[in-house]
Amino acid sequence: MNLEFTPEEQAFREEVRRFIEENHPKHLEGMGNREDMSPEDMTAWHKILGKKGWSAPAWPVEYGGTGWTPTQRYIWSEENARVGTFMPLPFGIAMVGPVIYTFGNEAQKQQHLPGILSGDVWWCQGYSEPGAGSDLASLKTTAVRDGDHYIINGQKTWTTLAQYADWGFFLCRTDPDAAKPQEGISFILIDMKTPGVEVKPIKLLDGSYEVNETWLTDVRVPVENLVGEENKGWTYAKFLLAHERSGIAGVARSKRAVEKLREIAAAEMLDGEPLINDFDFARKVSQLEIDLAALEITELRTLAGEQAGKGPGPESSILKIKGTEIQQRLTELTLEAVGTYGAPLYGNIANVPGDAGSNQYPVGPDYARHAAATYFNMRKTSIYGGSNEIQRNIITKMILGL
Amino acid sequence: MDFNFTEEQEMVRDGLSRLVREQYDWETRRAAIASDAGWRPEIWAQLAELGILGMPFSEEDGGFGGGAVDAMIVMEEFGKGLVVEPFVPTVVCAGGFLKHAGTPAQKEEHIGGIVDGSRVFAFAYAEPRGRYDYADLETTAKKDGDSYVLNGHKAVVIGAPWASHLVVTARTSGERRDHDGVSVFVLAKDTEGVVTRDYETVDGRRASEVYFENVSLPSDALIGEEGAALPLIERVTDEAIAAQCAEACGAMKVAHAMTLEYSKQRKQFGVPIGKFQVLQHRMVDMYTAYEQSVSLTYLATLRLNASETERKRAASAAKVGVGQAARLIGQESVQIHGGNGVTDEYAIGHYFKRLTIFESEFGDVDHHMKRHVSLASQR
Ligand SMILES: Cc1cc2nc3c(=O)[nH]c(=O)nc-3n(C[C@H](O)[C@H](O)[C@H](O)COP(=O)(O)OP(=O)(O)OC[C@H]3O[C@@H](n4cnc5c(N)ncnc54)[C@H](O)[C@@H]3O)c2cc1C
Ligand SMILES: Cc1cc2nc3c(=O)[nH]c(=O)nc-3n(C[C@H](O)[C@H](O)[C@H](O)COP(=O)(O)OP(=O)(O)OC[C@H]3O[C@@H](n4cnc5c(N)ncnc54)[C@H](O)[C@@H]3O)c2cc1C
Repeated sequence: MNLEFTPEEQAFREEVRRFIEENHPKHLEGMGNREDMSPEDMTAWHKILGKKGWSAPAWPVEYGGTGWTPTQRYIWSEENARVGTFMPLPFGIAMVGPVIYTFGNEAQKQQHLPGILSGDVWWCQGYSEPGAGSDLASLKTTAVRDGDHYIINGQKTWTTLAQYADWGFFLCRTDPDAAKPQEGISFILIDMKTPGVEVKPIKLLDGSYEVNETWLTDVRVPVENLVGEENKGWTYAKFLLAHERSGIAGVARSKRAVEKLREIAAAEMLDGEPLINDFDFARKVSQLEIDLAALEITELRTLAGEQAGKGPGPESSILKIKGTEIQQRLTELTLEAVGTYGAPLYGNIANVPGDAGSNQYPVGPDYARHAAATYFNMRKTSIYGGSNEIQRNIITKMILGL
Repeated sequence: MDFNFTEEQEMVRDGLSRLVREQYDWETRRAAIASDAGWRPEIWAQLAELGILGMPFSEEDGGFGGGAVDAMIVMEEFGKGLVVEPFVPTVVCAGGFLKHAGTPAQKEEHIGGIVDGSRVFAFAYAEPRGRYDYADLETTAKKDGDSYVLNGHKAVVIGAPWASHLVVTARTSGERRDHDGVSVFVLAKDTEGVVTRDYETVDGRRASEVYFENVSLPSDALIGEEGAALPLIERVTDEAIAAQCAEACGAMKVAHAMTLEYSKQRKQFGVPIGKFQVLQHRMVDMYTAYEQSVSLTYLATLRLNASETERKRAASAAKVGVGQAARLIGQESVQIHGGNGVTDEYAIGHYFKRLTIFESEFGDVDHHMKRHVSLASQR
């Protein structure tokens, strides 16, 4: 057993570091805070990576992947976290892309993969509905065949950043009489500019607008946009959920956030000393670092398994649960660290015209400004992507056999 | 032992409960906090009319002779409706300083205005680098003949945009963090040299950064003894802690009830999510934490007139226990509401936000755990 990276892996790290150093836009460094970013900012790095051929490290080489090993991909994400790049949104690269190259036909691959790789086409995910959250299979949106079109009706919700999306991938019910709710569902690609598609922003607790209600009223979609077979959408949906799990734990980003937390706690004063010298506070930071170290090795063990040919299994639920818990505790502790200056409402967030936001001038130290908003926003991580309760149910069944 | 409220207290509770229910419904509150004013002076006037603002003052000071238990009852009802009007800064804090240490002339000058609702106060004590230590002051009040010259910057002064008057802590002598040399002053907000920058807070209230630029204060602006105010400040802030713990209890009660109700309505996998045992047990833990919080709030309230050590221990115990419960109940309520829990539209998230900011007001859990530890040797 050995924790060190090989000389080849070290050399790879150097190469990656140099590339980021030379190419990542300096003004976006460390942003990673979606609320402050324009859609152009959010895709800037994706587009640079697209040109280099590095936007989809996990894809097979023949479709535009890099051929990197899981360990190299891990190094890649660490180096990105180091400077706080804004990585490609998951909807294209991590979600719909693999479904298209695995189950799509030639025409779909030709049409969609290049735009996903280059970052020119913005995707969104239309799975959840008001009545179908954790129980996704109970979804009601219908797609009815009408000649060479589907007529789609229904309401999706929580569609992340759909306000900028060019295309969306949707789960729709094509056979309402199927024996089980999981059957009779199809995976359909929809051009978001099609008449009848209406996207309405939902304001979140932190004041941001990152999710939407998506209404579909008599939306006519050519049958060519069906991926794979009709009524087999659940299989693809599950494939997608299980697919890109690496990076789900967010270890590299959390490590960077711990450093930031230490910087804040060094600037804040308690009894005339930096807060970080306070044992109670320092202990909580150490506890986080310990949990994070454990998670990092757990993730590396999972990666090593993958490298040896074992697919990602239900262990990824451990990564989701611990990863999000750590992220949430980090934001909690950051809010604790900034003390009184956690209270001022600052800077929203002009994703929606007409919402001018609040305070026009900054209050308190820079690092305190987003502490509360980030804490509120990060509550989502234990809810979405399969809630942490659902992840525990998966472990119960799949690992413990209960 | 008696945990019952008097008939009068029950009447106050019922009256307030009705006011909150009928005039502080969710949509009305939402519109009010988004308005330019950010609060409703007409509610304030109504509170004055109902005698709420005069309750904790003795009859000879022009009040109605109530006490800390009455403030607890009021604040619990306010917590249920997420009432933003500045009862704690005005009645509990400014009122407390005047009650305990004001001269007859100062009481005469200010208490009548508090009782009839015409004077609104904010308490300017926190500083950008003071964290939760009331003696860690950079604000100074230098003696200048018969007056004081006040200079400094106070952080996140809750309610200051609505206030006509301020109560301010400042150092009149000694070194930073010395226990001696701390004084308290009262002044009108429009006094020359007082500069404010107003803003919203994440929990829907309003606050200001308050700057004092060579503000000249007459000697009768001083409340209590010059340089000896720290014990007084601790007493008044312990009273504020007891009141805000009661507010948190009200907010937790509603958050828990809303979550319980939601779990009975919201169906997934063909059953109400409240049927999942993992959620049931967590709602039991929330309920237990709430009941424990009520007990600690009673303790803090009933010990306000005990010995200094007993009072401080009880206040810190409440701040620790209620703070932990506030975090647990806030976070779990949001989690059990699923995606809806993180939206601005649903009320639950706003209870979560108020409970979050409650944690850091007048010292957070760590701060009060330390204070509790340090008081253990003094019993
Ligand atoms: C910020 C954000 C972004 C999102 N982005 C997208 C997106 O882009 N596309 C998309 O399709 N969806 C998206 N979602 C939806 C997300 O996947 C759902 O919110 C999630 O699946 C939970 O569903 P729900 O909100 O309906 O909660 P519910 O399913 O109603 O769950 C409520 C509570 O009950 C618990 N619960 C439910 N079932 C069980 C059970 N069997 N056992 C124990 N506990 C249970 C849950 O864990 C939760 O605590 C997003 C959500 C959020 C908050
Ligand atoms: C030191 C000791 C002294 C005792 N003294 C007495 C005594 O004086 N008189 C007497 O009559 N009995 C006594 N008991 C017995 C005691 O009441 C039982 O041990 C207890 O009721 C649990 O039963 P069990 O051991 O069969 O565990 P089980 O009932 O088999 O439970 C095993 C586990 O499953 C959990 N579990 C069971 N049902 C559920 C459910 N529906 N939902 C969730 N979890 C569940 C339990 O909490 C436990 O963790 C004593 C036991 C001990 C250990």
